[in-house]
Amino acid sequence: MNFSTPSPEDFYRVMPELLWCGFGVLLMLLQPLTKNRAFLTVVAFIGAAAGTASSLLGVRYAGMGFFGLIQSDTFSLFFHVLVGAVAVLVILAAEPYLSREKLQGAEFYALILFATAGMGVLASAQELLTAFIGLEMSSIASYVLAGYRRDTLKSSESSLKYFLLGSFATAFFLYGIALVYGASETTLLTGMGHVADSQLSLLKLGLALILIGLGFKVAIAPFQIWTPDVYEGAPTPVTALFAAGPKAAAFALLLRIFATVPAATQYWFWAFWILAVLTMFAGNLGALVQNNVKRLLAYSSIAHAGYILVAFAAVTGMTSGESGNAGGVPAYAAVLFYLLSYALVKVGAFTIVSQLGGKDEKYVTLEDYAGLSQRHPVAAAALSLFLLSLLGLPVTAGFFGKFYVFKAAVNSNLIWLAVLMAVNSIIGAYYYLKVIVAMYMREPSEDSAATAPISFPATVNIVLAVSAIGTVYFGLFPNQVLRLLLEKNLIGGLK
Amino acid sequence: MNSAYALPMLTIFPALGALALLILRSDDHKFIRGMSLFVATAEFLFSLVLIPGVPIGSSGYRLELNVPWISSPPIHFHMGVDGLSAFLVILTTLLTPISILASWNSVQRRVKEFFIMLLMLEVGVVGVFLSLDLFLFFLFWEVMLIPMAFLIGIWGHDRRIYAAVKFVLYTMAGSILMLVGILWLYNATGSFDLVEIQRALQTGALVLPTQTEMILFLAFFLAFAIKVPLFPLHTWLPDAHVEAPTAGSVILAGVLLKMGTYGMMRFCLPLFPVASRKAAPYVAVLAIIGIIYGALVALVQPNLKKLVAYSSVSHLGFVVLGIFSFNTIAMQGAIYQMLAHGISTGALFLLVGMLYDRRHTFDIKEYGGLATPMPRLSAFFLFVALSSLGLPMLNGFVGEYLILLGTYIVHWKWAAWASTGVILSACYLLWAYQRVFFGEVTREKNRTLPDASARERFILATMSVVILWMGIGSVFLTRRTASATETIRKSMERQQWPQEAAAPAPATSAVITLERSGNR
Repeated sequence: MNFSTPSPEDFYRVMPELLWCGFGVLLMLLQPLTKNRAFLTVVAFIGAAAGTASSLLGVRYAGMGFFGLIQSDTFSLFFHVLVGAVAVLVILAAEPYLSREKLQGAEFYALILFATAGMGVLASAQELLTAFIGLEMSSIASYVLAGYRRDTLKSSESSLKYFLLGSFATAFFLYGIALVYGASETTLLTGMGHVADSQLSLLKLGLALILIGLGFKVAIAPFQIWTPDVYEGAPTPVTALFAAGPKAAAFALLLRIFATVPAATQYWFWAFWILAVLTMFAGNLGALVQNNVKRLLAYSSIAHAGYILVAFAAVTGMTSGESGNAGGVPAYAAVLFYLLSYALVKVGAFTIVSQLGGKDEKYVTLEDYAGLSQRHPVAAAALSLFLLSLLGLPVTAGFFGKFYVFKAAVNSNLIWLAVLMAVNSIIGAYYYLKVIVAMYMREPSEDSAATAPISFPATVNIVLAVSAIGTVYFGLFPNQVLRLLLEKNLIGGLK
Repeated sequence: MNSAYALPMLTIFPALGALALLILRSDDHKFIRGMSLFVATAEFLFSLVLIPGVPIGSSGYRLELNVPWISSPPIHFHMGVDGLSAFLVILTTLLTPISILASWNSVQRRVKEFFIMLLMLEVGVVGVFLSLDLFLFFLFWEVMLIPMAFLIGIWGHDRRIYAAVKFVLYTMAGSILMLVGILWLYNATGSFDLVEIQRALQTGALVLPTQTEMILFLAFFLAFAIKVPLFPLHTWLPDAHVEAPTAGSVILAGVLLKMGTYGMMRFCLPLFPVASRKAAPYVAVLAIIGIIYGALVALVQPNLKKLVAYSSVSHLGFVVLGIFSFNTIAMQGAIYQMLAHGISTGALFLLVGMLYDRRHTFDIKEYGGLATPMPRLSAFFLFVALSSLGLPMLNGFVGEYLILLGTYIVHWKWAAWASTGVILSACYLLWAYQRVFFGEVTREKNRTLPDASARERFILATMSVVILWMGIGSVFLTRRTASATETIRKSMERQQWPQEAAAPAPATSAVITLERSGNR
């Protein structure tokens, strides 16, 4: 390997990260110079959008970059666009929130951009230490973001919890890297295919620790305990980011490890099977008893991590050679489509929650949502759409997401897992319906201040429109994205 | 217009109407009602093209449209109509304007949303009946849940939320397992297309192992049995009915329940004949329990609407029994009973709704002697009750008679047990009628109740005409459903069955009897 200067193409391959970080730094520099919120928001918006757009550039220069540290391929493009779009939407949705809560704008946006850059690195990392850097970039920014409402107890609690548990997880991840390096004498994913038999158990152990580290980030049971508290305490736009972005990026890394390291796929099948079941039940049963919509959505995002793990189990089940995949959607594509539909919905849903919360996020219980259909019919309709998408009802993106995961599971003969997922969908239906029932079928409590009609700022309406239209569009025409996801060389190392 | 696009147009049209309503102003209730009535009536007239569209004796699907929708997995927008689905669609499009008329004055709250929901419900139900792609079928099957849940949950009575949630959870529990079944079937065949899968099964290109077939059958059957509802999965039905507004009950009883029996005929029997035959005795027992149990519970109901709801459990038991006797006559009767039950139970719910509009109670005790203040309404009620209990010359008789006759040919014991349901239905309906309409007026309030208004008379007269016409002109329907029934029965005969080879006589005589009844 030649560690001379990287080629110019390499810089195109990390252009999104460069732009995101660059604009992040720029915003922090602008902070002391201007008090103009709108201006800062526009800069942040341009930064996020430019970074996202520039990820298309990476495709032109597909292939390994920086001596095999990162890989630019369709897979990384997909995730760059996904986390970039999430960042754009979160920035738009956060602006009214920040001015309502009287919080600084520039730092907030800068942190979001840094976190997004970290997610971008995670999505294209082809080497474990690079992945670690990406993970840390996104995590550290996230810890700060979670505590951004620093004068409220809950937000500080959220930040501290996230930080402490996140540090543990990172440690696991690092130990894993160390062990894997010990076994394979490389941290490049591509180099881990040929491990001597004597080292195999060490490799397995290392990969297991990596799984734990990433499992924490995506909130897989039994590493999910932090999720509801952190999601609840964090400012709601940040929660939207947490639910959509880091989760997608961490899943991206997991997928890439699968695609490139054969040893990973062979031993993780039962692990994923069990983790999927645990996670689905932990999320759904937890959500059943929630009265706080933010917590409810937090538990639901645990459950959804479980559904995605079902597809992971299908990936591993498939490669162990049980069933062909003729004409179907491979489990990889199922995961990606699921993440897309899920991100759209969660950003939209949390945006509505952040708007309805009012000053200091007071109105977040189901009682506060009662009669919303009369106070703000559009918000009620949009939130219902998002919840129905989470529930997996047809004509929403969530339906196809779930459908493809189901299909992947059935394809790999994981009928029991599919049935358990079905059972969980029913449990999930109950608490999603609870919110819809509150909005449409219950009368608002009369003494509550939350009965006044409300209207949303324009930026929020844009976010909601994008999420809602995206949800319906992908629910009617999933073809467009699938065609991209079904490309043969979706993941660089995938045969 | 290309006739191939008639079916999607038919499905989408109410949605366009709903969209127009959504955009238009919401304060002018009169305009909204008029507009939705116009849309629903136009849809009904439009749906009548299905009658010439499905010529007598034509086998296979008509007015087919098959265009690719999603490439991977290959999902097609495949619609088609045959004798079985055509009349169910027409039943739907008939009951929707009737329900709109019935809700003319009783719905005063959130009027616009109400009619949008009704029209969207129509979209879902029509789509279910016309879809020939399993995926598309499932899609409409799920889509129709939401408007129905809203109808119950927003415009229902006291325990509406409980009933709405129960309805959705029950139905979803079944349908999501059906989705797993659909996917499994897709894995085996590589297609979601009902026609293709059926062809593969019939030509022997695909042979399902018996155990697999049984599991798949159960996955589909459970979803349909919940919808029907078959005993012991019926507990959502009384709640949903009692809490739903009149229009919701009419559509629920009239059409939604038929989606279950339709699914059994369209999917369970042709796709999984071996499993169907194996399951038939058990299903029949459940159906008979349903018939008797539903009737007995109806007999002791103090709540008039619940009484009608339980009578649905009983009547639908007949339909399931007819389907699972695998006899052409009985299956013809099952189709007929689906339509007849849709009309007469729909009409019963309309009548109960009219009483409720006047007194705001379903309690039978609160009524009594109503024939004095409202002679017209009570006359209509009697007529409809008689049709529901199966008086000859009216529609209920034809279906029950054919079912019992067909079942008797194959399994006389089943028919014997089931026929007690006929007697019981006379008991509970007539007794309820007596308590509500005959005798002295027991409550002062009832003395001054207004008789049926012009609008109500129009609704009831329409239903009565249909009831009478179906009773005396049954041949019009049976001729047109015959070939569809025959196709379904034939599609079950791809495997040679020893017991059938030993006794082919009943099947043959069934065909002959049918032909005598004016066929071909």
